[in-house]
Amino acid sequence: MQLVLDDEQRQLRSAVRELLADHSDVRSVVDGGARYDRGLWRRMADLGLTGLVVPEELGGAGAGHADRCVVLEELGRALAAVPFLASAVLAADVLTALGDTEVLPALAAGEKIGAVALSGVTATERDGGWVLDGCAPFVLSGDVAEVFVVHTPAGWFVTAEGRRRALTTLDPTRGQAKLEFSATPARRLEHADPGAVLERVRDLAAVALAAEQAGGIAQVLDTIVGYAKVRVQFGRAIGSYQAVKHACAELYSTSERAGSLLRYAAWAADHDPDALPLAAATAQAFTGPAYFQAAATGLQLHGGIGYTWEHDAHLYYKRAKSSELLFGTPGEQWARLADRLDRVP
Amino acid sequence: MTGFREKVRAWLAANVPGDEELATAKRFQAALHDAGLAGITWPKEYGGQGLTAAEQQIFDQEAANYDLPTSVFRIGMGMCGPTILDLGTAAQKARHIPPLLRGEEIWCQLFSEPGAGSDVASLQTRAVRDGDSWVVNGQKVWTTVAHLADFGALLARTDPDVPKHQGLTMFLIDMHAPGVTVRPLTDMTGRAPFNEVYFADLRLPADAVLGQVGGGWAAAVTMLGHERVSIGGFVRKRHDPLAHANLAESARRYGRDRDPVVRVELAKLYAAERALTLFNARLRQEAEAGSPPGARGSVAKLAGAQLQQQAVAVAGLIAGPHATAWDPDDAAGDELALAINQTPSSSIAGGTDQIQRTIIGDRILGLPREPVADRDVPFRELRVGTQRPA
Repeated sequence: MQLVLDDEQRQLRSAVRELLADHSDVRSVVDGGARYDRGLWRRMADLGLTGLVVPEELGGAGAGHADRCVVLEELGRALAAVPFLASAVLAADVLTALGDTEVLPALAAGEKIGAVALSGVTATERDGGWVLDGCAPFVLSGDVAEVFVVHTPAGWFVTAEGRRRALTTLDPTRGQAKLEFSATPARRLEHADPGAVLERVRDLAAVALAAEQAGGIAQVLDTIVGYAKVRVQFGRAIGSYQAVKHACAELYSTSERAGSLLRYAAWAADHDPDALPLAAATAQAFTGPAYFQAAATGLQLHGGIGYTWEHDAHLYYKRAKSSELLFGTPGEQWARLADRLDRVP
Repeated sequence: MTGFREKVRAWLAANVPGDEELATAKRFQAALHDAGLAGITWPKEYGGQGLTAAEQQIFDQEAANYDLPTSVFRIGMGMCGPTILDLGTAAQKARHIPPLLRGEEIWCQLFSEPGAGSDVASLQTRAVRDGDSWVVNGQKVWTTVAHLADFGALLARTDPDVPKHQGLTMFLIDMHAPGVTVRPLTDMTGRAPFNEVYFADLRLPADAVLGQVGGGWAAAVTMLGHERVSIGGFVRKRHDPLAHANLAESARRYGRDRDPVVRVELAKLYAAERALTLFNARLRQEAEAGSPPGARGSVAKLAGAQLQQQAVAVAGLIAGPHATAWDPDDAAGDELALAINQTPSSSIAGGTDQIQRTIIGDRILGLPREPVADRDVPFRELRVGTQRPA
């Protein structure tokens, strides 16, 4: 197993970090009313990041999941307001697993944004085709998606129609929508084992989200450590107080351990499919609550400025809480891990 | 690499003994050395194998399936030996490293004193130069395996007129020499793994100095770095009642394995154990790629101590009243009680959790240090611990 980045991955990390430093504009979304950071998304598409793990024959870059996790960590660090998780992870992974050649190339190229609905929708065969009915309640980036990939008891479907209702979200950097289908025509994506696709996609999504979260923890740590070095109270830098220093040390420990679980899960996604389900469940169950704890601590250590709108601490706090609940509550994540452990021989 | 793993696997299967008696431990270490499995990453010229961290990792993985009787060698192998390799003269290495690797000589580390625990540099044991030799007087405490040790790494004050960090020197001492008295000290488990050690006019030759005269603090920092990696290295013993796998098994035995609270707490414990194991593996891979862990060993040490506490909580959740009273002939009850009672030591020995957090904050994160009251004061004028130096 490989738990450290190779040279190419380090280069990728620098390139993405530079891109985000120059072009990520979270405040255009938080304060400016944009739904997502269009300028950044366009640049990411130009660099081939939107189709990173999609095979080359389907229009992607054919890279590994460990590479994509490097990108996701940076997106999480910068709190980038782009529909990467919904489109370049969830939708792209489903369509890749199903071998779709119709819409996947457009998603991989970043020309279209995809979103995935996993529950609440049924499919019926009608007039030689299929229609969808029902309501998917919390669809990630469903507010900006142009293609909906829908999981139903009858398998996987894709459609560009359906009624969307953008939701108000806790995390202002990432939209969600309610999707309603009423006899909505959809194309069926044939697969012998749709359930297996669902499991694989869930595992990959858990790893991807853990990468974003691990990046968030690292950024929260860097920010508070930088602040603790310069903020003076009672005549000395607050970082010299044990109460602050020790909290930062715990954050570092959390960051290093979450990063280690992530590296292993990312490696398993590329190299050990049998180990992936347990590794993914472990990384996600650990990292979700850890990120929220880190973000809350980072906000606290900033004091009054941390609670102020113009400071980004609250954005990390909101992203962390939202991400912690995105694929199931912490209780459900731990229970999922416990179930995975039952299956270990 | 596969060949090495097969060799380790076969050898361990055939040679791991069932008890931890001293004679057994020494025989086992000698056999380990004969098999080419002791000091895997240590230099060949001093009896090591000259292999890489990858082979060490393979050995550790395979050894985790057994309870090796090697704990008595841990301070020598984990701390004193590596420090001698870092700082010793060729003669010191040639004298001490081979018998250490063969299990012929046991080592202890003589740092802590009643007035200087975490604040090691405040120690009061004196070594005074007398012609070519040194004369040592003073007392150490909490000295693990001193009652079995043949040699010790002693930190002593050689100059009380300079600030405390500058006046220290490290010595390699013969624990059987006249002037050394070892008195076993009982710990909170009721066992006596550590000791008080008294020095009364112990005479040391000039070549007992490890590193530089006055360079004892740098030598101590080197050794403490090895110590944190060694303590934090975290290879759980196979039958450790606080290991996740064994706690999961005990949940099944007590019929608690479907209890949702127990399941969640076991899952959390698994994740914490995995995170630490993988962190340690990552440190090894980084070291192999050329960046040594440095103060990051403190993360392993701190997280390891916290993991122990978490495991004690889960063990209690599972065992309930069985952790409070058991039949006198029920060894499992004894083992769990010992594990519960040993847990506080992991947060204290080798530097408390509080000290580890300070190390992480200062040395890794570069946070400003706390104001230090005694940095520039000659040691002679300081108050240390709860007393004044003589």
